[in-house]
Amino acid sequence: MHELTVSPWASLAYLVAGVCFILALRGLSSPASSQRGNRFGIIGMTIAVVTTLVTHVPTVQHLLVSDTGPTIAVRTIDWVTVVEILAAIGVGAAIGLITARRIAMTAMPQLVAAFHSLVGLAAVLVGVAAYLNPQAFGISDLVIPLIGQPFAVIHPVSRIELGLGVAIGAITFSGSVIAFLKLNGNMGGKPIMLPGRHVINIALLAGILGLIAYFVTDQSAWIFWTITGLSFVIGFLLIVPIGGADMPVVVSMLNSYSGWAAAAMGFTLHNSAMIITGALVGSSGAILSYIMCRAMNRSFISVIAGGFGTSDAGAGSGGSAVDRPWKRGSAEDAAFLMSQAEQVIIVPGYGMAVAQAQHVLREMGDKLKAEGVRVKYAIHPVAGRMPGHMNVLLAEANVPYDDVFELEDINSEFAQTDVAFVIGANDVTNPAAKTDKSSPIYGMPVLDVEKAKTVLFIKRSMGGVGYAGVDNDLFYRDNTMMLLADAKKMVEDIVKALD
Amino acid sequence: MDFIAILSIFVLACFVGYFVVWAVTPALHTPLMAVTNAISSVIIVGALIAAAAAGIGAGSGVAKALGLLAVVLASINIFGGFAVTARMLAMYKKKERPVAKG
Repeated sequence: MHELTVSPWASLAYLVAGVCFILALRGLSSPASSQRGNRFGIIGMTIAVVTTLVTHVPTVQHLLVSDTGPTIAVRTIDWVTVVEILAAIGVGAAIGLITARRIAMTAMPQLVAAFHSLVGLAAVLVGVAAYLNPQAFGISDLVIPLIGQPFAVIHPVSRIELGLGVAIGAITFSGSVIAFLKLNGNMGGKPIMLPGRHVINIALLAGILGLIAYFVTDQSAWIFWTITGLSFVIGFLLIVPIGGADMPVVVSMLNSYSGWAAAAMGFTLHNSAMIITGALVGSSGAILSYIMCRAMNRSFISVIAGGFGTSDAGAGSGGSAVDRPWKRGSAEDAAFLMSQAEQVIIVPGYGMAVAQAQHVLREMGDKLKAEGVRVKYAIHPVAGRMPGHMNVLLAEANVPYDDVFELEDINSEFAQTDVAFVIGANDVTNPAAKTDKSSPIYGMPVLDVEKAKTVLFIKRSMGGVGYAGVDNDLFYRDNTMMLLADAKKMVEDIVKALD
Repeated sequence: MDFIAILSIFVLACFVGYFVVWAVTPALHTPLMAVTNAISSVIIVGALIAAAAAGIGAGSGVAKALGLLAVVLASINIFGGFAVTARMLAMYKKKERPVAKG
């Protein structure tokens, strides 16, 4: 029998690390305290890593043979392993720091997806290591039979924790890889629909849960590997049918999963830092998913079921819409209208990120402010490909955060606004969401841009429709002027015209 | 620690997470995802234990190698996650106001 004992001070240190992680998230309640929050996170992680390194110093056993006394076994520090571990940390640190420095802010969604996949894979690897060497993790009893080799019997509770941890980790990994490929453009954003996929997914899920239950009675390798394999497959199948604009929900959901994976491993290791972190991250991702779903007026289930935007449901309002009259404006018109305005509200969307127009947009805002115009930014919760995506891009372009407002804080202001300037957003401004019950986006909270005196709407051409496949009534309203061009090019022209 | 003690920590931490995350301003949701990603790499604790474990039993050599690989992956996340969060947070600036307001 060899039960791994954790010294009280080590447990205390892990608890302190957990508290640091809570403070890290707490700091994000305002931009002013956020950097301090991040430092708390770094402190917590340092405490957790150092505690583990100190309590789990790798050792090797030597036999001291002396002529006079009995042979004694002594354990000394295994420096080779120590160097290997420090080298592994060093390699990871180098890759991580270089990536973090080089990544473009517009690529943040795919970076986060890639990071999630690493957490998932790490959880799987730790789970496999714990299965192969359970004694090291203190989750088994060593049975020494009369004949044959001693073998480790993993505790039943630990088997469930291990099974769940590996399954969630594997789902996080393969799901995040698909999300990354979609966000990075290596894979089309269009949902890929397999026939009978709901039946397949439910069968797989039931299979995984059944095997985890069976794993309690039988710790055979084939069960463990089948759980792992099926989980990789289901992660892949779950994300493949989900389309591009549902990505904010998917990224949040995978964020949540990576937390639950860490928590499951924390249960296995009886480690409070991992459990606290897992619970924090798990609830964080779940709340973000909920906020994103609410902002689209869709249920979590319908997002997971996938395939949004492929049906013909939008035909009701779209049918003959192409023939309706609309007004086209030039950059000079736009510049004139905005420079005469008292207040301009800018509504950015994913198109702004694609066109990389945030910097020139800020320049336009500055020029308008110099002319005495009040400039504000209105952000819809699902604008972009991940929660808060637009805020980061505007911050990158040096837009002060107190000029940027959330939907509920600014929506009442459109009625007193002279110009609403829509750049790269579409569905989140569609008034049909408020009036047309047949519209697939009916009930989704939208920005009331049409209430402004004039709406300037930048769009590449009149042909395309928004992600939801719905035509936007806004284009054909008397107070709307369409600015047809690439977003960045158009804003550059407006800036020139403002000079 | 027995199972119930661990479960208590977990359940209470879920509630703490719920209230703390609702208090996060929506403008910082992207940094929130980046930092939660960094802290969920606390899974490195398990990776370090696996990498440092002495070899007894057949699978222990493989377990050690997997542990080392997991240390690399988790380290990428930890350093990358905190660094990219710091980079983002440094960009959030308040409006520069004139010193005295009329």
